[in-house]
Amino acid sequence: MIITILSAITLLVVAFCYTVTLEGLARKIEARIQRRYGPPFWQNFIDIFKGLTKHSISHGFIFDFGVLMALGGTIATVLFIPAGSIVVFPGLDNVFVVIYLLAIGLLGMAMSAVGSGNPNASIGIGRALTQMLGYELPFMIVLLGVFFHYRTSSLSELVELQISGGSYNAWIMPIGAIVAFISLMGMLGKKPFDTFIAPAEIASGPLVEYSGKYLGMLLIQHAFATFIEIGLFVNLFLGGGRTLWEFLLKFFLVYFLAVIISSIMPRFRVEQAVKFYWKWPLILSFAQVVIVVFAMGR
Amino acid sequence: MSNEQTAWEKVANMLRSRSLWMLYYCTGCGAIELPPTMTARFDMERFGIGPMATPRQADILLVTGYLSTKTLRRVVYSYEQMQAPKYIVGFGSCTLNGGIYYDSYATINRLDLYIPVDLYLAGCMPRPEAIVTGFNELMKKIDRGEATGWKNYQENHEWYRKNQIDALGEVYVHDEFHE
Repeated sequence: MIITILSAITLLVVAFCYTVTLEGLARKIEARIQRRYGPPFWQNFIDIFKGLTKHSISHGFIFDFGVLMALGGTIATVLFIPAGSIVVFPGLDNVFVVIYLLAIGLLGMAMSAVGSGNPNASIGIGRALTQMLGYELPFMIVLLGVFFHYRTSSLSELVELQISGGSYNAWIMPIGAIVAFISLMGMLGKKPFDTFIAPAEIASGPLVEYSGKYLGMLLIQHAFATFIEIGLFVNLFLGGGRTLWEFLLKFFLVYFLAVIISSIMPRFRVEQAVKFYWKWPLILSFAQVVIVVFAMGR
Repeated sequence: MSNEQTAWEKVANMLRSRSLWMLYYCTGCGAIELPPTMTARFDMERFGIGPMATPRQADILLVTGYLSTKTLRRVVYSYEQMQAPKYIVGFGSCTLNGGIYYDSYATINRLDLYIPVDLYLAGCMPRPEAIVTGFNELMKKIDRGEATGWKNYQENHEWYRKNQIDALGEVYVHDEFHE
């Protein structure tokens, strides 16, 4: 019991500090790609805590409740991600649990943003959910291939099987890993799939009405959501890690690949994004599943 | 105005001074000096200053160039939507004395009669160097707890409101976006 609580707290602190540091480093790297100097790597901590010191305005009960639901749902989801040696709920960390719990955070955010009554927020949420329809389909099909191959959907078991099998899923099923990575870019809202935040078009979309403390909380939520999404990819395709450090190193590599690709890309419109996802990634994911089911055997 | 800060306010002001998000109101020509300030050559982001899309999230309202009686209403609206602590930067000579259109019937000559300005950047136009220096000055002022325009606006709201009504007749905007 006490060990569970302690490891949960450790995981949350590590997830928060590490992801926010990486977000700051990502801004620095993006600045260097654009030949700028860039902000210090702790800039995102300053942004979050500054948000928490500011005054803020509420738009009613649904608005407040949705923010708490988004933050709470996301924090609950983080606990189901095994991070190297830190596994909070061994045996319970099923992929489906993660995906369902992650939806709570997203829906809380959607409810809250629409509760603000701002049309830009509604457009942003509409785009976010449309895009979700786009990337979830190929992602889930690839995941079904993975589950079929290992006959399990538990994250920590998948990690153990990959480590004991000696080769990661990214080598066994490279097409699936590529499709999952493209879906991951959509989940993270990195370019070219950042239609739903698009600051220049719809004034940062869902976030348009959030001020001060609300924005601070949502930035924390965003950091945790990033941790979940990349953690899921690392565990499923790169074999997690034997130790926490191995996990964090792989996390770093995946995140920076996403950041570097994102910083040289323009933006899709939302229907282009969905059309893209339902064309090549979907075809490739079917091809991967066919290979897994008929060619790889078990 | 007392300069005594509690420990909490010191920490808060330090954070606020190092992360400033700008909302710019670009009706005048001043906006043309902002892209070079934000991009590779002068890179404002190294001070934690960046553009922000909406008034709710912004800390600084940057009024670039001159205001007419029509646009002043919108500036007042945007300013009142922002969340305290919030700062206004008057950009260019136009916000100080009306600039080259000072004698027009529709030009606002002094911005700080209507909303509290924390920092003026004089010049027509101020160059990126001047903008960066000015923002550094603003950061120092916030850190020392001297940029208290927003408190001033709350305390003397009636005075500001009277000036706004004298200039505009009515502050409320009647159009399809503000119903």
